[in-house]
Amino acid sequence: MALKTWKELPIGCVVSEPGSASEYHTGSWRSQRPVWDNAKCIKCGICHVYCPEGCVQQTEDGFFQADLDYCKGCGICAHECWPRAIKMVEEG
Amino acid sequence: MGKRVGMEVAIAVAEAVGLCDIDMAAVYPITPQSHIAEHLSDLVANGEIDAEFVTVESEHSAMSAVIGASGAGARAFTATSSQGLMLMHELLPIASAMRLPICMAIANRAVSGPLNILNDHTDIMPQRDSGWISLFVENGQEAIDLSIIAFKIAEHKDVMLPVNVNIDGFQLTHMVEPFEMPSKEEVDRFLPPFVPHATLHPAKPVTMGAFAMSDYFTEIMKAKDEALKNSKKVILEVWDEWAKLFGRAYKPVETYKADDADILMLTMGSMGETAQMAIDELRTKGVKAGLVKLRLWRPFPFEEIKAALKDAKKLIVTDRAITFGGPGGPVFSEIKSALYAETQRPLIYNYIYGLGGRDVPVNDFTGMFEKVMADTANRLADTYEFWGVRE
Repeated sequence: MALKTWKELPIGCVVSEPGSASEYHTGSWRSQRPVWDNAKCIKCGICHVYCPEGCVQQTEDGFFQADLDYCKGCGICAHECWPRAIKMVEEG
Repeated sequence: MGKRVGMEVAIAVAEAVGLCDIDMAAVYPITPQSHIAEHLSDLVANGEIDAEFVTVESEHSAMSAVIGASGAGARAFTATSSQGLMLMHELLPIASAMRLPICMAIANRAVSGPLNILNDHTDIMPQRDSGWISLFVENGQEAIDLSIIAFKIAEHKDVMLPVNVNIDGFQLTHMVEPFEMPSKEEVDRFLPPFVPHATLHPAKPVTMGAFAMSDYFTEIMKAKDEALKNSKKVILEVWDEWAKLFGRAYKPVETYKADDADILMLTMGSMGETAQMAIDELRTKGVKAGLVKLRLWRPFPFEEIKAALKDAKKLIVTDRAITFGGPGGPVFSEIKSALYAETQRPLIYNYIYGLGGRDVPVNDFTGMFEKVMADTANRLADTYEFWGVRE
């Protein structure tokens, strides 16, 4: 998404498209990403429940993964995962 | 035609706002603004105007309520003073960033501490950088005229910014003055219905006041600065239109006997009238004294102020507030920066005066002129002094 110049901003920065926050990829803020070890995962879904971004979703095989477009790398999923199946790994 | 009335200025301001088809007002009472709140709530309660009067629990809530109402497309008004304005402070830049054309009357009063209820400009000065259009009035007529004009400026499609009208507390708000009150028909002809740039409506959802990170914050600040600077063009147009309709002209910078003056004084607000009397007295003694009155505080009228001051040898800037530990008074600081790049500019003197309601009679103004005229070695230029302070 190309960034607007100051002249292109709507008056008062009113956002006229509902749900447009989804176009903002907060994943760019991330310095660490969560990596699941499915051998340890018991599919309890606590990572999904606690994710403040709502970006941890269950996949067809019942395991979980984060949508890295939105995952900020906060590590709450790893902190809450009691079987210790999630590890935070440094990006880049 | 409007009619000639004698009325307390605060009551008249509420009457004038009542002529403007406001949809809502949220005002928390505070001395010396309370008569505006009381009279406006009377007008609503008596069914004289069709508006909602929201009784709020604080000025923070008052400003929050008018922001919400303006966002929903209402013509919204509030009024406050001193501590109330300080409590609103947090919300003022939000109202301007959201480009909500809220109008606010400020009955200027000293800010605590110590607690003081009387007049000076220490309440408005901390709001200087809030992004509001800021106007000063000198008498009751100007207070009612500019209270009406404020809506037209604020709501102009090329402006869409909040406006505050500064009315010296007690010195103006509690005076009974004669003036011409426009009729409802005249105000209706002057002030078109409010057309908001966006509204909150379930049928067409929008987000106002959204979050912005470093990737957009600079652009948003730039857009706001440009909007405020560009508002001057509309302010001048609206004042011209008012002058044609009502015969009373307003300018960003107004002068009195300044054309041939060697020594000028600059005032803001009600002190201008007393200063004029001092100028008259000095003129009878052959002193070429003149007065410059700053009406438009934001956007600051750089061109007009340079033009008004360019031929003077000495300039006395009077301030009713102080920037503690800084360059002197806030007006002084502004005038100095406006003239910095000019090759021809006066020596500038600064007197901080009239704080916390201290009376400033005519001989104080003549005293300032005499002190500056006696400074032949220019030792006092570029400095500030608390006028009349007990040593």
